[in-house]
Amino acid sequence: MTLTEKIISQKVGREVHADEIVMARVDLVLANDITAPLAIKEFQKMGAKRVFDGQRIVFIPDHYTPCKDVQSAENVRLMREFAKEQDIIFYEIGRGGIEHTLLPDEGLVLPGDLVVGADSHTCTYGAITAFATGVGSTDAAFAMAFGEIWLRVPRTMRFVYKGYLRPWVGGKDLILYTIGKIGVEGARYKAMEFTGEVISRLTMADRFTMTNMAIEAGAKTGLIPFDAVTLKYIQPRAQREYKVFELGKADEIIEIDCSQIEPQVACPYSPANVKSVWELTHISINQVVIGSCTNGRLEDLREAARVLKGKKIHPNVRLIVIPATHKIWEDALRDGLLEIFSSAGAVISPPTCGPCLGGHMGVLGKGERAVATTNRNFPGRMGHRESEVYLASPAVAAASAIMGRIAHPEEVL
Amino acid sequence: MKLRGRALVVGDDIDTDQIIPAVYLTSTDPVELGKHCLEGYAEDFPSRIRQGDILVAGDNFGCGSSREHAPWAIKGAGIQCVIAKSFARIFYRNAINIGLPILECPGGLPAEDGDEIEVDLDSGIIRNLTKNIEKSAEPFPDFLQEIIQAGGLVEYARRRING
Repeated sequence: MTLTEKIISQKVGREVHADEIVMARVDLVLANDITAPLAIKEFQKMGAKRVFDGQRIVFIPDHYTPCKDVQSAENVRLMREFAKEQDIIFYEIGRGGIEHTLLPDEGLVLPGDLVVGADSHTCTYGAITAFATGVGSTDAAFAMAFGEIWLRVPRTMRFVYKGYLRPWVGGKDLILYTIGKIGVEGARYKAMEFTGEVISRLTMADRFTMTNMAIEAGAKTGLIPFDAVTLKYIQPRAQREYKVFELGKADEIIEIDCSQIEPQVACPYSPANVKSVWELTHISINQVVIGSCTNGRLEDLREAARVLKGKKIHPNVRLIVIPATHKIWEDALRDGLLEIFSSAGAVISPPTCGPCLGGHMGVLGKGERAVATTNRNFPGRMGHRESEVYLASPAVAAASAIMGRIAHPEEVL
Repeated sequence: MKLRGRALVVGDDIDTDQIIPAVYLTSTDPVELGKHCLEGYAEDFPSRIRQGDILVAGDNFGCGSSREHAPWAIKGAGIQCVIAKSFARIFYRNAINIGLPILECPGGLPAEDGDEIEVDLDSGIIRNLTKNIEKSAEPFPDFLQEIIQAGGLVEYARRRING
């Protein structure tokens, strides 16, 4: 059996195999300020009265928060009231943050869990060996009512990363390189597994970055096997029992030699349009965004600060730094990172998805170009249809902010 | 059930940001969302849609975010069915869940804007009447048939709640 089959079998109560459609028990359901209002509406249309277990449901306002307009405030008000009525876990701004960084950090998602979230980047939790996948609002409503979800058990596509990483190459570069190799539908309907000696040496932050972007290759989830690094992260956070599932078989195995990989950049308008940073150093930019569920963790901010320390950003560039959660914001303050960013000329935002989806807090105008540590660069993703987003690591983003063009970190250090 | 309508053709990898740009996501009203259907793909697209049109797409239709607002916008705009060479997985399940008929047509359906399309949802036979082409859609697994027959996951859930 594959790792995915083992986890789903446990939730169905019998042995299941790839391609089967099953009804599986869920350990956690989440929704945000875009998807929860629709889920609440569908929940009511179903004629459901009470949720299956409010303490296994999390509502997180993070996309348009702090609320950008009256309609978004009304949506969050609806969420807040429904959460109170149904005893659902709700994170107010100033206590919460971006869902996919917050939930594992708070110990709400644990290894071996089956998690469904009304947000496509729910696949992030595969970094702690949970089976987690993005669904729609009606799915979330169904899961809220019954504690179950219908799933097609996916086949498994295993990636084995070999060799050593060059300086300034990390999780973001590995996942961009991988998506560039297989394309935006290369893993459609499948579970990706990220394994090998390189992965076992990665930090949790780098691992979360990789599993976060599995959806960008069309995958149902991205999984990383449980090891000592996972255990060290989970141990102080877990407040309930969890089960560790070992790696099993795979339907397909792809080996990747990492030794020659340079920092990677995904060019408009596809996360699969990936090039080495050295091919793009002529591209001038207007804005840099460092943050999001992909790269807004403390380790990401440290990486950016290492590049920006004592430097000023280019006069033509606006730099927006967004710590992913309130806790990370506080840690960054205490560690002096926010001062480094501020002195360099950055504006520091409260935790929000904000500009990643062209929501607020740094939307692009016509013809403007950004380097962002976010996850998507489809047409109009960060604003105007004719704006452009280049996806890269925090180090490349920081170096680019200094140079006013796409740059390798070693150009500024 | 047979559906008949005029083809509206789009390409490969049409993501949900193009189907319904994020700026409209504060609404949950299908008709309101429908006014901006595929506006991120082409600004004048909403004005080109006529009630009962059939959207014909390429590979990986609906990739990107999980926003159910995307199939709702398509439904709200009056498009009665989507035919694609392949669908991204979250869009696929969202469409089934909200009762928007979709058909995965291996190899894709050759069509141009305005072609007359006929779809038999029961047999999965798709015809481009203008070009005289016939294709077969991938059949749905039994469980999904059940949801589709119920008219979507909400109705399926209602039946379960009411026994």
